[in-house]
Amino acid sequence: MRWRAVPISAWVGMAGLALAIFCALFAPWIAPFGEREVVGDIWLPMGGDYLLGTDNLGRDLLSRLIYGAQTTISVALAATVLAFCMGVFLSFTAAVVGGWTDQGLSRVNDLMMSIPTLIFALIVLAVLPQELWILVAVIAVLESTRVFRLGRAVALDITVMEFVEAARLRGEGRQWIIFREILPNALSPLLAEFGLRFAFAVLFLSTLSFLGLGIQPPEADWGGIVKDNKDGIIFGIPAALIPGAAIAGLAICVNLVVDWLLNRTSSLKGGRGDG
Amino acid sequence: MPLAALLIQRLALSVLLMLAVSVVIFLGIEALPGDFAQTYLGQSATPQAVANIRQELGLDQPAVTRYFGWLGGVVQGDFGNSWASGSSVSRQIGLRLGNTLFLAFWAALVSVPLAISLGMLAVHYRGRWPDRLINVVSLGAISLPEFFVGYILILFVAVQGNWVTFPSTVYDGMSFGQRLEAIVLPCATLVLVVLAHMMRMTRAAILNVMSSPYVETAELKGLDTLRIIARHAAPNAVAPIITVVALNLAYLVVGVVVVEVVFVYPGMGQYMVDAVTVRDLPVVQACGLIFAAVYILLNMSADILAILANPRLRHPR
Repeated sequence: MRWRAVPISAWVGMAGLALAIFCALFAPWIAPFGEREVVGDIWLPMGGDYLLGTDNLGRDLLSRLIYGAQTTISVALAATVLAFCMGVFLSFTAAVVGGWTDQGLSRVNDLMMSIPTLIFALIVLAVLPQELWILVAVIAVLESTRVFRLGRAVALDITVMEFVEAARLRGEGRQWIIFREILPNALSPLLAEFGLRFAFAVLFLSTLSFLGLGIQPPEADWGGIVKDNKDGIIFGIPAALIPGAAIAGLAICVNLVVDWLLNRTSSLKGGRGDG
Repeated sequence: MPLAALLIQRLALSVLLMLAVSVVIFLGIEALPGDFAQTYLGQSATPQAVANIRQELGLDQPAVTRYFGWLGGVVQGDFGNSWASGSSVSRQIGLRLGNTLFLAFWAALVSVPLAISLGMLAVHYRGRWPDRLINVVSLGAISLPEFFVGYILILFVAVQGNWVTFPSTVYDGMSFGQRLEAIVLPCATLVLVVLAHMMRMTRAAILNVMSSPYVETAELKGLDTLRIIARHAAPNAVAPIITVVALNLAYLVVGVVVVEVVFVYPGMGQYMVDAVTVRDLPVVQACGLIFAAVYILLNMSADILAILANPRLRHPR
């Protein structure tokens, strides 16, 4: 791969992602104040000791934002990874086995997808206790339905190839066919999908937290910080916009990188980049 | 298969899907752990008090009996009573559904023509700066969460500009004009949120058609652009564009939930979120079912309109 061929937009995206991941990894060392430390008056303006001002309880907004990066990114990443493990495994199994297994899995998936994601999450979260792992699981299950649809379509195209037939005739088991024959050939569309799903998970988690159903206070996460500070908007205090911009920025960066990846893979196959 | 049979089949499938969804929403919820009575009474609840509440709400009966009781009511437009307030869910929904549809209707009315014309503009200037500008801006806009767009509008238009009022409350006795004025900001937020997506999909759908062999033939034949678009490209692009529009209208229904909370707009979304926080299941189930029904209905209309617009779909391979 030539580095000069990478467009500027992809570099911007990767730089943004690197910054966010750096903040998430080293939050305790870079954050000027503690996550829950009350340092001053409420809603102090930007500048001075508090670069981004303080929040609705007088906590340093920059510190909360940095700690929030940790929570938001790790929860979204965990949910996306889990969604991919489930979605890829089930969709490949459906494509390889076919018949009733495929029918059953696909119809259940159709049913899950016929209820809008947010509505489904709201219904489920109305019953389940508010715990972190449950939140991750709910987001993962909902995301895996989208992964399943793509994974099945991709795998169906590959299962009819000669090398898969050859492997079958060789007497390889199902696990081998899924992980050694199909998975390596499906990686590039799945990688792009992983990026998109991650961006979606960040937005989804933030939306849930904003509605008060995601990460529970006093833990900081970007959607939650928006919720904490939304009442300031009426008084013209922009504190709620900063975490909102962080969410948007992260999602835009992921999209820029994915856009480049998609263009790159489609041009490798000789297809039109913009089709 | 004749057209009528195909349409009836789609309808029947949707009805079946609705039934399956109602089972998921009712029985699926029952299978999950968690108990309203326990949550409602808190840590110090005595077993007797919990049992009393359960009996009062009918929770001591078997789930299947309650499901059919619930479904029977739903078919007659009765969603039961709210656990939290004890009032009729259907009444509340009757008041709020209209508000939500009013908001979604105006958002759709603005966004659909705008998205399609922008998409066509992008195709017309394919590869040149208007296309690139539209591409970059829309890629950014897709990534914006609804609440971010909403609060930016509130801060700059309502608070600093003071051009419209916030929150966007509507109530009985408001005139049509007043109502429209109240929903300007939530409507603008929804439009911004769905516009980018709808436009990108429209652009892709038209580009797909424009790169097909018959359009190339028409070009080589020497027809002028307008004629190619009107006679050859447009009829074939109608089906994908209809799908795009219906899918995004379905998305609008979901976007409404967050936007209503941001703008404190008295609609279904606000009602549902409030109910979820206090675990008021009858309300959550009713709202969930209605949102899912609208979503399924829109997807079904997309299917049917696509079949009507494209005869090739009537003969599945």
